[in-house]
Amino acid sequence: MKREGEIRISSGCAISGIFCRDGSRITAEAIKKSIAVMHNRSNGLGGGFAGYGIYPQYRDFYALHIFYDSQSSREETERFLDRRFDIINLSKIPVRQTSKISDAPLIWRYFITPLPHLLQDSQLDENEYTSRAMIAINNSIEGAYAVSCGKDMGVFKAVGYPEDVADFYRLEEYEGYSWTAHGRYPTNTPGWWAGSHPFSLLDLTVVHNGEISSYDANRRSVEMYGYSCNLLTDTEVITYILDYLTRKQGLTLREASEVIAAPFWSTIAAKDEDERSRLAYLRKMFSSFLVTGPFSILVGFDGGMMALNDRLKLRSLVAAEKGRTVYFSSEEAAIRAIEENPDKVWAPRGGEAVIVTLDGEKR
Amino acid sequence: MNCRFRIRTYDNCLSCFRCARECSFGAIEVSESKALAFHHERCVDCQRCVSLCPVGAIYITEAENRFRPNSVFAQNDIQEILIQAETGGALLSSMGASGRNVPIYFDKMLLNASQVTNPSIDPLREPMETAVFLGQRPDGIKRDRDGRIVDNLPPHLELKTPIMFSAMSYGAISLNVHKALAAAAEEIGTYWNTGEGGLHESLYRYKKNTIVQVASGRFGVHETYLNSAAAIEIKIGQGAKPGIGGHLTGKKIIGDISKTRMVPEGLDAISPAPHHDIYSIEDLAQLVMSLKEATGYRKPVIVKVAAVHNIAPIASGIARSGADIISIDGYRGGTGAAPKRIRDNVGIPIELAIAAVDQRLREERIRDRVSVIVSGGIRNSSDAVKAIALGADAVSIGTAALCALGCHICASCHTGKCAWGLATQDPELTKRLDPEKGAEKLVNLVSAWTREIKEIMGGMGINSIEALRGNRRALRGVDLNAKELEILGIEYAGE
Repeated sequence: MKREGEIRISSGCAISGIFCRDGSRITAEAIKKSIAVMHNRSNGLGGGFAGYGIYPQYRDFYALHIFYDSQSSREETERFLDRRFDIINLSKIPVRQTSKISDAPLIWRYFITPLPHLLQDSQLDENEYTSRAMIAINNSIEGAYAVSCGKDMGVFKAVGYPEDVADFYRLEEYEGYSWTAHGRYPTNTPGWWAGSHPFSLLDLTVVHNGEISSYDANRRSVEMYGYSCNLLTDTEVITYILDYLTRKQGLTLREASEVIAAPFWSTIAAKDEDERSRLAYLRKMFSSFLVTGPFSILVGFDGGMMALNDRLKLRSLVAAEKGRTVYFSSEEAAIRAIEENPDKVWAPRGGEAVIVTLDGEKR
Repeated sequence: MNCRFRIRTYDNCLSCFRCARECSFGAIEVSESKALAFHHERCVDCQRCVSLCPVGAIYITEAENRFRPNSVFAQNDIQEILIQAETGGALLSSMGASGRNVPIYFDKMLLNASQVTNPSIDPLREPMETAVFLGQRPDGIKRDRDGRIVDNLPPHLELKTPIMFSAMSYGAISLNVHKALAAAAEEIGTYWNTGEGGLHESLYRYKKNTIVQVASGRFGVHETYLNSAAAIEIKIGQGAKPGIGGHLTGKKIIGDISKTRMVPEGLDAISPAPHHDIYSIEDLAQLVMSLKEATGYRKPVIVKVAAVHNIAPIASGIARSGADIISIDGYRGGTGAAPKRIRDNVGIPIELAIAAVDQRLREERIRDRVSVIVSGGIRNSSDAVKAIALGADAVSIGTAALCALGCHICASCHTGKCAWGLATQDPELTKRLDPEKGAEKLVNLVSAWTREIKEIMGGMGINSIEALRGNRRALRGVDLNAKELEILGIEYAGE
């Protein structure tokens, strides 16, 4: 059977997210409990988490999580990194032996920073420099897969049920202000850890439930701008589109949401003149990045989280608030499991992004 | 005497002689003894008599006589030799190519639909968007001092449906056909194209839905003409006759045609093979900019080329010439007159051209900079959907539009005797088309196709046409070899 990336595998899913606007850092126990409620929405073939604020002692360095198939791919990758980055620290990511998770690759973590003279010669900013290096590792080093590469954040994923993945990675030992989780229900066996979610580039992580019908139109367009879709998953292409629109085109996340889940022309026509021309501009300018078909996504980024549904709301997505903490999930039950009495529970409308940021930050 | 067709009647014929009055080719006449007289050798099988017979008493068949079968020389080959031996001339033909061994790739691609893992969308219940914008896109956004996005998009064409009408010139077709096309384009919310013969003054009022063409003959090109349009098309070539010019005989240069084309009455209107001011790509860039200067940068400029072997780099060159839109006309594109050998042997099928161009423009990272219109053998809505999934922004129809007006593709346009009153200037014939009724038929056709496109999109779970563009996973091939699949950029059915 072909590995993920050689074929396109569609999947249904569960997603969940917790965001502490006051910046208080919580362990992953709550997010694990929340995603575990939706056990039936996944089938044991993929689970994962993204945490933000988890590496405060290394917050100025890129935290690199990498899967290796072999020691030789690790050695090759480390040589690759060594030539381009200052490696501040490296170690295996600590894991717990559990019968529910098997066939683990070698899982390593690095804290790195670009070598200053090379960064200067490249005429790139450090984010672009680092993202290109990560894309190069995934494209060209056999058996190496960079799972995440942002600052003060990390992605932990595996083949298995999400609650077992949390135990495997000992996530109760990490504290962060923002967590997302994903349970996967792929339609056939991927058997490859990198195919699990969240998908990530720099500080951007995406967990996604759905199957987008615009996939190949989006993929072929985003690949024009230097991205390479190796996994053939929706999550990967959505992540790259968001990175392109926000980091390279300079759109705000809200504007990016108005591109990928653009309002219908009939809706745009009913707006006042300024808004009409703004929304029409975004649709015309970035028409290749309209995403159709069902999706609900949680986008984690440095200092914030965005929840977004496709414009017809073909997938469930619920939001809730309690004090300064915000919850998102595929099902309300998964929120109630960790917060019995939210101040407010609502279902965001299709195409209407909910964006939360740390108090005092705006993005 | 050799003839291809036989005119037959059933015995319920009323002898009303309607057929004889309708036949413009002199194949059916009334004899002195008041009986129908058939000149089978003149029949072109245009089906006019059949369509208008009040009792369905007339029909056309292939002639039973056939040449002695030969595995190399078909009957047609021998007949053409006989004609050329007689006349010493190049064979003329019209409409699209008839290369029987050139595959129609549209028929070898199948469309996808949603099942279980994602839902199909019902176009009767949910919005289904078919609006298309054609034009250039800048590389990046701009903001004003307050951080608001500034609209830096160059002028665009706005289509309510991704179907336009192809260029057909006044002279090749009648004014009534132009009237029908213009009125239909306005009602549908799309565009019609004047072709290279200028624009009759009475049609200036359709400005918002008109594309005016600037071809190598520059017939009827003046400032008012350029400014009486939503966009300007530079015609380099057309699919039916890539690499060669055009020839409208002096017989057709009469009255208003002479005035509109700015060619003296009775004088042949010859379009040179190349534009004599475009011998290279940098010359094209200059003409694009000249036309933009002449129209105050308010109109997109389209460059139309025939799909030939090198179409991908040609398209890339056009995209970098300042053109806003590239129009590609494939091997099966129609014409009012073309040398038969050229029509049947030059160029490549539009499906392969779309795939190659779209892929090349993406590899060069300029696909989002230009829009691509394709034409040449689009027969129905599923052809249109497949063309868009391969990578086109919109399709353009010529032959199909003429069929809506009555044409049965007898491929005799070059004779000027069109019995349907379309490809002729004979006032007795042109009045056979009522422009208003014609417009209604065209509106019906495009509305029907649009409805079908929405149905197909809904089945695939796609609710906006831009999500279909270049979405090649919506396609699977059958009966194609590995190389064809590679060029089309699609997988085989079952993969």
